[in-house]
Amino acid sequence: MSALTKADIAEMLYEELGLNKREAKEIVESFFEEIRTALENNEQVKLSGFGNFDLRDKSTRPGRNPKTGEEIPITARRVVTFKPGQKLKARVESYAGAK
Amino acid sequence: MTKSELIEKIAAQQEQLSPRDVELAVKMILEKMTQALVHNQRIEVRGFGSFCLHFRAPRVGRNPKTGDTVELSGKYVPYFKPGKDLRERVNESVND
Repeated sequence: MSALTKADIAEMLYEELGLNKREAKEIVESFFEEIRTALENNEQVKLSGFGNFDLRDKSTRPGRNPKTGEEIPITARRVVTFKPGQKLKARVESYAGAK
Repeated sequence: MTKSELIEKIAAQQEQLSPRDVELAVKMILEKMTQALVHNQRIEVRGFGSFCLHFRAPRVGRNPKTGDTVELSGKYVPYFKPGKDLRERVNESVND
């Protein structure tokens, strides 16, 4: 099964909501862009029923170049983590194809 | 930012659409993404990131109250890997 993409999501809005193709594409684009902008401004994003995008500040830690073994510090950075909501977790937990 | 704030921001850019339509669109986008994960289909959004399921192996857990052991079956959990553009934009804001 190929991955779900922005084009697939826009197509769904066109077919099921009756938006025109340009509107559908723009809404999908803004949806992801507004989430990125909020995170870039250090603002958590909470989408109830789906999950939260949180930010974590990581301090500098020692690292290594795996090829040469040389020690290089990993600089302090801010990263995004996704915490799925209860509803999403419950819905995927029992995925029918579970081995 | 909450879902309703996200809806307001998108609606402000789509003046020809009613806020109600934008609200519906956002809910349908999230439902489409949920459905993909429920069927173990990956989601790939360039510059944003990808979502997929990770398997958690069965394990023996404990009831923290009683200390009794409980068998926990394996399960799938949603996982998000931020894309390059998102990673860079968020990290650049550290120095602000």
